[in-house]
Amino acid sequence: MAILVLAEHDNASLKLDTAKVVSAATAIGGDVHVLVAGSACAAAVTAAQALTGVSKVLVADAAAYEAQMAENLSELVLKLAGDYDYVVAAATSVGKDTLPRVAALLDVAQISEVIEVVSADTFVRPIYAGSALATVQSLDDTKVLTVRTSAFDAVGNEGSAEAVAVDFVAEAKTVFVSQTLTESERPELGSAGVIVSGGRGMGSGENFAILEALADKMTAAVGASRAAVDAGFVPNDLQVGQTGKIVAPDLYIAVGISGAIQHLAGMKDSKVIVAINKDPEAPIFQVADYGLEADLFDAIPELTNLL
Amino acid sequence: MKVLVPVKRVVDANVKVRVKADNTNVDTANLKMALNPFCEIAVEEAVRLKEAGSATEVVVVSIGAKAVQEQLRTSMALGADRAIHVQTDEELVPLSIAKILKAVQEKEQADLVIFGKQSIDGDNNQTGQMLAALTQMPQATFASELKLSADGAEVTREVDGGLQTLKMPLPAVVTADLRLNEPRYASLPNIMKAKRKPLETLSIDDLGVSLKAHQTIVKVTPPAERQAGIMVSSVAELVEKLKNEAKVI
Repeated sequence: MAILVLAEHDNASLKLDTAKVVSAATAIGGDVHVLVAGSACAAAVTAAQALTGVSKVLVADAAAYEAQMAENLSELVLKLAGDYDYVVAAATSVGKDTLPRVAALLDVAQISEVIEVVSADTFVRPIYAGSALATVQSLDDTKVLTVRTSAFDAVGNEGSAEAVAVDFVAEAKTVFVSQTLTESERPELGSAGVIVSGGRGMGSGENFAILEALADKMTAAVGASRAAVDAGFVPNDLQVGQTGKIVAPDLYIAVGISGAIQHLAGMKDSKVIVAINKDPEAPIFQVADYGLEADLFDAIPELTNLL
Repeated sequence: MKVLVPVKRVVDANVKVRVKADNTNVDTANLKMALNPFCEIAVEEAVRLKEAGSATEVVVVSIGAKAVQEQLRTSMALGADRAIHVQTDEELVPLSIAKILKAVQEKEQADLVIFGKQSIDGDNNQTGQMLAALTQMPQATFASELKLSADGAEVTREVDGGLQTLKMPLPAVVTADLRLNEPRYASLPNIMKAKRKPLETLSIDDLGVSLKAHQTIVKVTPPAERQAGIMVSSVAELVEKLKNEAKVI
């Protein structure tokens, strides 16, 4: 069996998500190839070649793929898909954007956000914000999957795969205009070992400064609940939850977050959860390993000082 | 300019679903149902385009049992002009939904199709992208801002790490993210008016679509429950526990 993994990268570097998707591909079993589609993405290619378990890296290096737009990226994957039994990508904004197009063009269903590989054709995925887990058996010849990377451990870097250039360049009607990425020295939500998240209880965007101070002390990423995003405190790319990022760090500190179902869906697989909230009835305490009933404006600076 | 908005009936976002005892599915009997929240944002965006004079007609479509007409009426109460109900009692995968929508789009020839980015029951996040692929339309998923001009649509998207802006010719598919807009509440006069707006019912056969089976649900199980931990009385105790008990700092 042959498996094509779509690499998650930003041209300059390969994202840890790719190593986690390769881990899921390895669990399926077979010959694992990684496709790096981008522009001036040599560093990402080198990193992909080193991933344990990868036997070949396909490189589509062209200006048309710089922004990794679904319209032409899906055409490229489709062009290659004939040689593969599986097409797999991380359930990230690029993967979620692109793979359904690939599946539709192959006339197969997609199985989204796989968290467990049961067998070669059977996978587990959460539904209803993780309130239930569906075990799904695919009847399609080609299986198109997105993988929830927080559910898989990254493979190591002991590989030495060959790199092969792919010449096919697909044009798109879509034109890239601009991109504004949040500049941050902190780790990314998806790969951080510690996450400090704030909710509506933070009261304002300015108040997130005390969480940032704590995060910097712990080399943590900063997250937020949907309520905090809805209230306009912080941008949406910080959102943890059913419709935001799904994370599973070693330590998740929920501050001023009540614990709505859709937020829990995004963080309940964290190894250790700490909740700090002044409302003793907040549902977040039901999933927390350590709960502290306190005013966050006293507790957070104190915590920062004690670390 | 015509806007087509596919919408879905789902279990209300505030209701916690439970898995059936025989593990065949979740139990949705007698639960409060609602218009999928992201579909609501999509309807709102289409209605705003009409109010701004950019769109001339907003058509909503839903696929499912007769009950989905309730959500079509809700959509019309929010401002959609007419509705199409494609009747089926089967639970269909997103690819099959996209194939049906392709047939609807061929009939309607909408210039813009606005979806919600995902439904909060299946959490698939596929249908909009699939319709775009089947009809060879460009797409902008996870939209937080939509601007129309003479030469197409300019869409700002929520991507991992920030925002991305794309420009594309019409017809195109846009899927709505949370911050695209804040949907209005339907007023009572508009709810009454919506009852008299046209609602057409079609079958999958009427549309000439043939579907096939792609997957079987082996079982549906509840997730492992997380046990509640302990309450600590002070920040100092918390730090001590994290250091010596959990060993995570």
